[in-house]
Amino acid sequence: MFFNKEIECMSRKEIDSLQLERLKWTVDYCYKNVPFYTKRLDECGITAEKIKSLSDIQYIPPTTKDDLRDNYPFGLFAQPVKNIARIHASSGTTGKPTVVGYTKTDLENWAECVARIVVAAGATPDDIVQICFGYGMFTGALGLHYGLEKLGATVVPNSSGNSEKSLMFMRDFGTTGIVATPSYALYLAELAQELPFPMSDYKITLGLLGSEGCTPEMRNEIEKAWGLFATDNYGMSELMGPGVSGECRERNGLHFCEDFFIPEIVDSETLEVKDKGEVGELLVTTLCKEGIPLLRYRTRDITRLNYDSCKCGRTGVRMDKVIGRSDDMLKIRGVNVFPGQIESVIVADSRVGGNYQLVVRREGYADTLEVKVELVDATLLEKFSELERLQKELFHRIHTVLGIKCKVTICAPKTLTRFEGKAKRILDLRNEDN
Amino acid sequence: MAIKQISVFVENRMGTLVEITKTLAAADVDIRALSLADTTDFGILRLIVNDPERAIKAVKDAGFTANVTEVIGVLIEDKPGGFSRAIESITNAGISVEYAYAFITPNIGDAYVIVRVEDNEKAEAALKKAGVKVVEQSEIISI
Repeated sequence: MFFNKEIECMSRKEIDSLQLERLKWTVDYCYKNVPFYTKRLDECGITAEKIKSLSDIQYIPPTTKDDLRDNYPFGLFAQPVKNIARIHASSGTTGKPTVVGYTKTDLENWAECVARIVVAAGATPDDIVQICFGYGMFTGALGLHYGLEKLGATVVPNSSGNSEKSLMFMRDFGTTGIVATPSYALYLAELAQELPFPMSDYKITLGLLGSEGCTPEMRNEIEKAWGLFATDNYGMSELMGPGVSGECRERNGLHFCEDFFIPEIVDSETLEVKDKGEVGELLVTTLCKEGIPLLRYRTRDITRLNYDSCKCGRTGVRMDKVIGRSDDMLKIRGVNVFPGQIESVIVADSRVGGNYQLVVRREGYADTLEVKVELVDATLLEKFSELERLQKELFHRIHTVLGIKCKVTICAPKTLTRFEGKAKRILDLRNEDN
Repeated sequence: MAIKQISVFVENRMGTLVEITKTLAAADVDIRALSLADTTDFGILRLIVNDPERAIKAVKDAGFTANVTEVIGVLIEDKPGGFSRAIESITNAGISVEYAYAFITPNIGDAYVIVRVEDNEKAEAALKKAGVKVVEQSEIISI
């Protein structure tokens, strides 16, 4: 099933030429309508005419979240507020909120992107979808809302909170799809199991999860509890909201809506474009946005782009699930290491728990990395060789992913829980001994 | 027929053994025999106790990774060649020994050997055929 097969299955050549044409339009549009970009582009001498191929995009300086904050609230808008149909904002937990504006056309394009992604996830016009994201300034709820309406599905704008009533609606309306964060979907499942109604009273077969990370275990748990099929989608308010990319039923990467966005992978320190298939920071350029067009926006998310063909038939490049934030990056022996890369190896191995700790030390002039994991599979105690094999296998897998060697230490389960919480996952002792 | 052995993962950190043994003491578990094997990174503590069920529950509740394995207990003569005879019969039956550890008893002249093999039934049959005494769980408990 496709929402817009013609666009979603374009050949790479067609995508490239459409993106080039739209990139030129966007650069010109930014130059003419956003003083911030007029100055930026003048400084680096880039004009739409000078862009001859898609790779010329690398000469445009990236835009950052700070650029948005510095121009709070409407400084980066390319249209007078009169032409802005809607305003959204990020929560602003780390400073001033970032504010974004949409023209009527932007809202239509947004709904188009979301509609494609929900269809790729398996939604149909027959679905009754309950949106359990909080509404308000956050783009998640309204983004999915309009996309699902555009598809022709029945939308229940449930919002979050009052969970028992949400479950009552699910039973009484015969809700078939749910939009929620993974943790809320899990919470609702737990609550549903406590209520005196059998799980067979719920008809949910589709889970559109988003707005926070989801480990494979968590997804399995959600799917098992509800009997649904869950997919992940990606987006951020700066770029548009949900709908930037999303998983198809193959669940082997999130397809980009490449007629609306150009994704790139760069080295988060040098900002140099990485080779195809390499891991790095995702930069995204909007191609049709009128309200707040952004050139090479630094998402700070670390991922990889996969241009191989997908079984589903969609040609849109796929990004891997985000493996970390460039802010969390560690540099060990000159190699960029993202904790998420190691986490992906650890959560995939059922012999160890999800808890882990990375210890970086400096021994002489060399950095060393120790990865501490917790043993949960007690059957390995039968044989010493099984424990040694676990250690070796984790070592090799981490080596494959990172390209550096580390020491794998197997710990007892209780020992690492003391370091619960994200920040303590990394213990960098390199500057302690100096 | 087999004897229940408790295996506990021992992290290479000072005080781990104290924590495990204190846990067992608090649960009133009496240790009959033990073996601690280790590498530079970790160890496995293997225990034969008077109450395996209570022991496993106690260590698991305390958060340790632990497992119950069935092993064979062999009663041998506490003199040169006693252990050799037992091992030889198992080896002749084509069964390899993963590990073994011994302990003596208050009965002068007797010693027990705990043997871990892949196939307990086959090993027991071979031992009995060679006239080696295989001990029961109840016998270990009553020591």
